[in-house]
Amino acid sequence: MLMRLAIATLWRRRARTALTTAGVAVAAAMLLDMVMLGSGMRESFRGFLEQQDYHLRMTPRGTMPFDSEATIGGATALLARVASDPDVAGVAPVLGGKLFVPRGDSVVSGFALGIAPGIQADYVIAEGREIAAPNETVWNGALLEAAGRRIGDTVRVSAGYDPQLRRFTGARELVIVGRGRFVMLSGGELAGAVTLATLQAMGGADRSDRISVALVRVRDGASADSVAARLERSEPQMSAISTEAALRFVDERLGYFRQLAFILASVSLAVGFLLVTTLVTVSVNERIGEIAVLRAIGVARWRIVAQVMVEGVVLSTVGAVMGLGLGLITAKWLNGILASFPGLPAAFDFFLFEPAAAYKALGLLVLCGILAGVWPAWRASTLPIAKTLREEAVA
Amino acid sequence: MVLSARDLRREYAVAGRPVAAVKGISLDVAAGEYVAIVGPSGCGKSTLLNLLGAIDRPTSGSLTIAGRDVSRLSDAEATRFRLTQIGFVFQRFYLMPTLTAAENVELPMAEAKLPRGAREARARELLGYVGLDGRADHRPFQLSGGEQQRVAIARALANRPALLLADEPTGELDARTGAEMIEMFARLNADGTTLVVVTHDEDLAKAAKRVVHLRDGVIVDDTGPRA
Repeated sequence: MLMRLAIATLWRRRARTALTTAGVAVAAAMLLDMVMLGSGMRESFRGFLEQQDYHLRMTPRGTMPFDSEATIGGATALLARVASDPDVAGVAPVLGGKLFVPRGDSVVSGFALGIAPGIQADYVIAEGREIAAPNETVWNGALLEAAGRRIGDTVRVSAGYDPQLRRFTGARELVIVGRGRFVMLSGGELAGAVTLATLQAMGGADRSDRISVALVRVRDGASADSVAARLERSEPQMSAISTEAALRFVDERLGYFRQLAFILASVSLAVGFLLVTTLVTVSVNERIGEIAVLRAIGVARWRIVAQVMVEGVVLSTVGAVMGLGLGLITAKWLNGILASFPGLPAAFDFFLFEPAAAYKALGLLVLCGILAGVWPAWRASTLPIAKTLREEAVA
Repeated sequence: MVLSARDLRREYAVAGRPVAAVKGISLDVAAGEYVAIVGPSGCGKSTLLNLLGAIDRPTSGSLTIAGRDVSRLSDAEATRFRLTQIGFVFQRFYLMPTLTAAENVELPMAEAKLPRGAREARARELLGYVGLDGRADHRPFQLSGGEQQRVAIARALANRPALLLADEPTGELDARTGAEMIEMFARLNADGTTLVVVTHDEDLAKAAKRVVHLRDGVIVDDTGPRA
């Protein structure tokens, strides 16, 4: 019955209870968003890397994949040497470049990828088919739209522009055979893929037998870091970056985000704690006469504590549940804003919902709600009955 | 004897100095007695009632209620004792505003772990006894002052206490309702309830079978039991 009394007390002051619960929900939503932000980018990045199903990325020493226009010469021999490593299960070369497509009097330019069809990991076919011949190409939707082309069209594509001669270079007639979703590119970025050999040929002598990145798949059971170290020793002109090393690099870069997320999450917890403490304290102060009477008629001290603490638990639990929904909605909204930053993959998630972490964070908020009730509950249970009744009578 | 107080003294610290509100009171109340404690404001009536009800501890002296030395009980023991042996009626009724009349009456029984069916039946019986049969589902704000005080009396009787204590029970009531309350107390006593009432109300005091006069924390007159 005392538990009912606790709930009824909250119901009695509906507007105040609703406002406090809303405040706790906002704090919970912020806490959840900060927890999601704290791990979201890292895990999202890991998802991208693992989605490619390659464990190492070999780039010219000191560069990150496509961080610069640097390329590696002697690619055929290099790829053969890498593939001969006993712990290497496969190698996928990639050459980055530009492509220029005429449209009326203007030209549409985009990002070109020279890949090895069948083992490439840079796009997935959304429509049409994969490249099967040197004169075939796969474009993303943005490039198709910008160039006003469709699958099946034959287009003249250039790989470079000579500003002195004012003409495009490395032109080829290519047939668009598919529409691809390029996983590492941002939403509006224009991109197309051709075979590695085609892009090397279109690039002329500058691109001949060169690649930008080699994606390396490590055999099951082998350590990616060990293979990376071995390849770096045998190919000193190259950096071999494992997924874990890349994540460590990302971690360093994202340190500020995590610190910010931690501070804001702590603030959210403190706000939730203070809100619940304030409401429960006010509620106890209002009912101090009632509580004294309950004690006078024989209600045990611990039951008063439980009654007051139930109020805190109900407020924080309802707030946390509401905050879960609110947090997910705001995360989606914020993600939409942040993901539109230039240069970020379109499907990159800043806020990653991990149930265990989310429930742990909200559990922490509920725990704060419980703790928030401790002081007012202790105060309610230890008030001197006779003195309180006398003061209430005078009041 | 239901109640036996010997040399009860209660001091409070006021501005760092002890001030005695009750100065060595001895009082015996037999089962079935109806005692009114009267006296001017500040004479120690309510302090004495709090001591008799085990919601305050005497600075010195002893108090035995229903054969138990109340002055030596721990807080938990005193709480349990109040629940089972003492019924309280307050000037301001102090019903729980969120509970119905029946639930207010059930509250002490629920605390005493009485099964739901038994306490609902007892609450109905008690509300009938105080003349509130049809008001069981009403909340305090839907009841008049007199009706609220009747619910408070029913609540005080819930666990069949050895002693019923009332602090100015007619203090918040108009003359007509106060008269009804005086009749109610007389009926309670006639039905066997031992009553100790603190009051300024002369009519209520007259209705008691014994009147104890207090002044400056001491008993100055005790009419003794009268028929």
